[in-house]
Formats: sequence, C-alpha cells, structure tokens
Amino acid sequence: MTAGAQQESVNFDEMHDAEGNTREAYRDYCDWYEGQEQASLRRKDKEADDTFRRTGITFNVYGEDEAEERLIPFDIVPRIITAAEWRRLSRGIEQRVRALNSFLYDMYHRQEIVRAGRVPETLFRHNAAWLPNMVGFTPPGGIYTHIVGIDLVRTGPDEFFVLEDNARTPSGVSYMLENRETMMAMFPDLFSQVPVEAVSDYPRRLARSLAACAPEGHASGEGGKPTVAVLTPGIFNSAYFEHAFLADQMGAELVEGSDLRVVEGKVQMRTTRGYKPIDVLYRRVDDEYLDPLTFNPDSVLGVPGIVDVYRAGGITIANAPGTGICDDKAIYSFMPDIVEFYTGEKPLLPNVQTWRCADRDSLAYVLDNLDELVVKEVHGSGGYGMLIGPTATRKQVAEFRKKLEAAPENYIAQPTLSLSTCPIYTKKGLAPRHVDLRPYVLVSPNGIEITPGGLTRVALTKGSLVVNSSQGGGTKDTWVLKD
Amino acid sequence: MLGRMANASFWMFRYLERAENTARLIEAALRMALTKDLATAEEEWRSVIATLGLTALYEADHDGYDGPRVWNFVLRDRANPASVRAMFGAVRNNARAARTCISSEVWEAVNESWMQLDRILARPVSQGALGDVVAIIRRAGAQVHGAVDGSMLRNEGFHFARAGTFIERGESTARILDMKYFLLLPSLSYVGSSLDSGQWDQVLRSVAGARAYSWLNAGNIDARGIVEFLVLDDRFPRSLAFCRGALRRTLDALAAMHGQEGACNALMAEAEARIGSLDVEDIFEEGLHEFLLGFIQRNAAIAEAIIDDYRFLA
Repeated sequence: MTAGAQQESVNFDEMHDAEGNTREAYRDYCDWYEGQEQASLRRKDKEADDTFRRTGITFNVYGEDEAEERLIPFDIVPRIITAAEWRRLSRGIEQRVRALNSFLYDMYHRQEIVRAGRVPETLFRHNAAWLPNMVGFTPPGGIYTHIVGIDLVRTGPDEFFVLEDNARTPSGVSYMLENRETMMAMFPDLFSQVPVEAVSDYPRRLARSLAACAPEGHASGEGGKPTVAVLTPGIFNSAYFEHAFLADQMGAELVEGSDLRVVEGKVQMRTTRGYKPIDVLYRRVDDEYLDPLTFNPDSVLGVPGIVDVYRAGGITIANAPGTGICDDKAIYSFMPDIVEFYTGEKPLLPNVQTWRCADRDSLAYVLDNLDELVVKEVHGSGGYGMLIGPTATRKQVAEFRKKLEAAPENYIAQPTLSLSTCPIYTKKGLAPRHVDLRPYVLVSPNGIEITPGGLTRVALTKGSLVVNSSQGGGTKDTWVLKD
Repeated sequence: MLGRMANASFWMFRYLERAENTARLIEAALRMALTKDLATAEEEWRSVIATLGLTALYEADHDGYDGPRVWNFVLRDRANPASVRAMFGAVRNNARAARTCISSEVWEAVNESWMQLDRILARPVSQGALGDVVAIIRRAGAQVHGAVDGSMLRNEGFHFARAGTFIERGESTARILDMKYFLLLPSLSYVGSSLDSGQWDQVLRSVAGARAYSWLNAGNIDARGIVEFLVLDDRFPRSLAFCRGALRRTLDALAAMHGQEGACNALMAEAEARIGSLDVEDIFEEGLHEFLLGFIQRNAAIAEAIIDDYRFLA
C-alpha cells in the first residue's frame, strides 16, 4: 500500500489523507494488510466469488434469451468508519427517519406542512406514489416506514450528505450480512486484530421489530406471538435471494400472493393444516401489485382484499402502502424543511444541494450549467434516467436538454459531488474508487434501531461515480469500529 | 408449513431421485451395449427411451437408436423437457422455492451439484465424459441425502422430502422391472432354465443392486430370486417393499404431527396389506406385468392423496 496511489485524486480518500498517511479508521487494518502476502490475497479475492456462487447470493437478470444469474462483485477491502463518526451519523439518520414517518402521517392526514406553506400541495397531488386510499387511515403504531435505507455520500472528514431516502423497500441488506460472513470466513485473523461491531443480529432485530408492529392484540402464532411473513413476488424476482434469506434468518414464513387469501376478514396463508392468519406482512411487492381489487387489477402477485383488511386494522403491512412518495427526488429536495418542521431541529445530516427544475429560475440555471451538473428523474431509481454532465457526451447533453425543456417538473439537478474514495483490491494492488453508504434502519413502537454498518457500494470503474449494481457497481463489507 | 413449500419440497426430492435413477439407467445400458453386438445394443438403447416414457418425443427427432444420441437426448437435449439437465433445474428451482424449509447445507449441496452439471451438460457428452456425468449425478444425490440426514429438523418438511423420494424410487424400480418382465416368462415354463444373465445383471445395475443381489444369492440368477429381491426384500433400499415401508412410516409420522389420518394413510394401509400378503408364486400367478402396473397405479394414487390431504395446491 503506497501513498502514491492517492496522489492523483483530489477527492477525500477514506484510507489516506492528502499526505498519504493512513487515517485513524484504517490504522489497524493497514497494519494487518502490510503483513499479508500478495499471492494469498489474490487467491482469497478469487475465492470470494466462488463462495457467493455456492451459497447462491445472486440476482436474476432477464435477457432476451433466458434468465441469467449474476453476482454483485465483492471487494475484499472493507470500508471502515470510526465509532465517533458512526455516533454522529446515527443521530442524523435517526432524526431523518423520525421526520420521514411524521411527514408520511401528515401527508395522509391534515397536511399541516402544506397549510404552513412549507411544501407545495402539487408535490404529492401529481405523485403516482401518493395513495388516496390511505388518506385518513393510521397504520398500526402510526408507523409508515418500518425498514429504511438512507443513502449517504461523503466529501470530507466531517462532510456526510444524504443522497437519497429509501423509505419504500430498501434492498441489499442481505449483502451487508453475507459480505461480513464472507470476510470472516476468509480472514478470521483480521477480525481478531481489529474490533468491529457485529451486524449479524440484524435478522433477529428485524423479526422483533416487525412483531412489535403487529396490530393491537394480534398474536396468531405459537406461544401467543404475532405471525410474521415475508411476501415475495416469487423465485424469478431479481431480489428473491434476499427475500428467502431474510425469511429464513428470521424464522418467518416466505409467502407468495398465491399462498394468501382473505378468509373471515383476515389475511391467511395456506398451510398443510389449512388457512392460518398472518399478523405482520413484510412485503417485497410494490404497492400497485399488492391488491388487485384496490390497485392494478391485472396483478397476480398480490392478495385480493388485503387493503380492506389492512384498513380495518386486521394486519400490519410493512412498509405501509403509500410510503413510496418519500423516495421521490422532488420531495427529497424539501427534506431540510421537512426535518425542521417535524422535529423543530436543524437537520444534522444535510442534503446535497438540489435544483428543482419545476422552478423557472432553477431550470434556467440548470440548462446553463448542464455540463457540470447531475440531472436525475424525479421518480427514477437504480441509476437509470440520469445525466452526469461532466462525463456525458455532447450528444447526451443535447438529448437531455430536450427532455428537460419538454417536462422540467420531472427533473432535479445536483452539483457533481466529488464522492469519497476507498481503495479496492486489484491485480496491481490497491486502487481508489468512489463509494457511497446505505445504513439500514428499523422502526417500531419500541424505537429506532440502526445496525452499525450497512452496505457500501463501490464504482469499480476508475473515476466512475455510479455505484448501482445494475450499472456495474460492487459492494464492500462495512465496518464500524468499536470504541 | 405452507402447502406450497410442502409441494416444492416433495417435488425437489422426486426430481432428484428421478435424475439419479435416469443416470443409473444410462450407465447400465452403456455397460450392456459395450458387451453385445450392434443389434442388441440398439435394442438396449431403445429400451432406455421406452422405460423413461420418451419414445414418441425421441422418435420425432431421431431415425434410430444409438448410444451417443440416446444419452445426449436423455441427459441434455432442449427438446426433451424431461432431460436430466431440466430435472436438475427443477430440483434447484424447487429448492429455491423451499429455501426456508431446507437447511443451508442441503441448499448448498443442490446448488453446487447444479453448477457442476449445468457446466458439463452445456456441451454434448462424449462416451469418455459419460462416466463423469453419471458420477456427478450420483454424488449429488448422496450429498443432498447426507445433508438432509445430518442437518434437517425432523419436521413436516423432512417428511414431505422423504415421501417424494420413496414415491419416485418405488415407481422407478417398478418401471425398470416391468420393461424386462417378458424376459422372465420363458424361465417359468422351463424350470431351471438359465436366464440371459447379462440382461438381469443390467436390471440389477440400474437399481444399484448387482452386488447386493450377489451377496444374497451366491451368484445364482433366476426369476424367482430377482423378483423376490426387487419386489419383496425389505432390506434392499430400492425394492418395492422397502420403498413402501419407508413411505408408510413417513405418512404415519405426518399423520401423528397433524393429529389425524388422511386419505393417503388409508390408501397406504391398503397397499401395504396387499404387498405384505404376497409371495413370489402369487406374483407370477397374477402376472408380473399386471402386478407391477397395479403397484404403479397405487403409488400414483397415494401421491395424489398426499398432495390433496396436505393442501399442496391452491
């Protein structure tokens, strides 16, 4: 590991400072790394892929011909966060998640924040994720988003920003868990030298948290405990591995729409002993497919009548239908106001500066500076439908300009951040690559729990800022050091 | 447990057993073909396709029977939805669907075997590679069953897996025996006449029973001995009696867990009473072919009753 690797980059590097000295977080790791033989590391690097394939940690990609199972590339160099850094982040994340839930409650009730003039009514009126059927209804415990992923990026020692809120159905938590398992299997000695906070109790916490969200008095399971089930679209869904993994680790049933039916006013699953009620449904099926009677009538993934049972207080659906509005990038742009409105505090974690192209002045600015900005679709995700000005071709910029002018309200723009880098392991040794971080948050009436760590996504191509797995990004194990 | 999971578990093990039995059939046929003249060899390959019930499908695309064409059709042809490759895909898909009721060890044994097979069956299988392919399939079965034995809870899921295994295995042994039943007929009219020992050696090999049979019968191959061994000897794990006994114990365990017996238990009791009261003479008197057809039909009726009793389907 040489300082030279860092000198060409101007962004914040997680491992080294500008003089090439190892930062505090990585000191123990780098000591260990110096003692490793390159040949052995190269072998382990190859082994990691085999481990993921064998255990079936894959995602499905559907091409023209037939389905293909791919691995998300895994990098053996961990991303490390100190205990002090994590405490600061945790406070900011907790504040933001509290605000998200208050905002969702308000959106489906009196809309005080609109009355107070802090956000415009048009923001949700024209948003397809906003569900009129949820108006006036309060989910059990008043909780809308039970499982949240907050995407963070870093630009300096104390500069973390929220890039996106994933309040609908954040995915990837199985990678957080399996990345750690793989690292521990490959480098047991490393974990005896560096004290790292465990992530492995996430499934237990998730099970407890979901059970605590059951409707009042609902405990259909053995020993008077609520019955929890994970709803998956099925084995051909790209994230099926994660659905099965979480259900298995929680000891919950893994159900498909065809297993479920509304019987005697309850959502019940077909077991070998007949239909049995479910109290909490952790659904990994989108709102529009949840109930063909209420939403998309063509859906075969959902359960006819489940929304009626839900509105009658007969089941908890996590996350609540209608939560997806918080993933909208136009709403994101109001998050600093939203946090302040509901918590009465200044946001601890700032947003990335965002221009709403719906505003005429902002649009003019964005159009004048397209080659320096990142422009995103308001409803887009997965790194699709975005323009990265500085790396785009002239033609791409021109095409995007037309789209922007045609429907400016569909876009927001942000400055091109110089995301922090963290080294990845390559054949030629360590090489810096841009990373982000998605910590996972659980919300129940018992409080908010944040697992120390999360999923670090890394852009494997040199200089690339796109970390999404659908666009060739990889992942790293993420460590929070013990004090 | 969910009916759909019970279904996936049941079929996962049926397909696993079917893949293994198919591989044995190919292996035994190859051995037979190597020791015979061309015409007899062709007949062997024809009977493999017939035993598997693939005659119409095979003949739609092929104008004759020879080893490489038959085993490639049976192992990997995309035109054959019952190829071993497709079966193993079904094993794995069912394992994925039943992922929460099988242990990680069972899942990994399935997944690793599938990865190996999928790679090796991506290209036509030469005679030289056939042994490897068959070995991988057999090892897959051994690994999965070993993982089940050592790591799975003895709950409903375990018993649905066993039910799938023994329903399929009993049917397979009955079909293999039925395909060759006519070879036994001359021996009945000529007491003491010697059988075509090569043919019977092959039948025994197809059910992994050649060595066991030799041990028990000191090398004498006769009609009585073979039927006794493959139908009635409950010490041999692929005999009809063994499969039926194992299936009965598993269905009893399920009934005990559920606190009630279903239609499958009644059918099972009926079938067991029948096989228990027979000896070899009775079977030949009824007609071996008729007896085997009766077994296959009862076996299928029990399978249907299991699916129905335990709500496998919506």
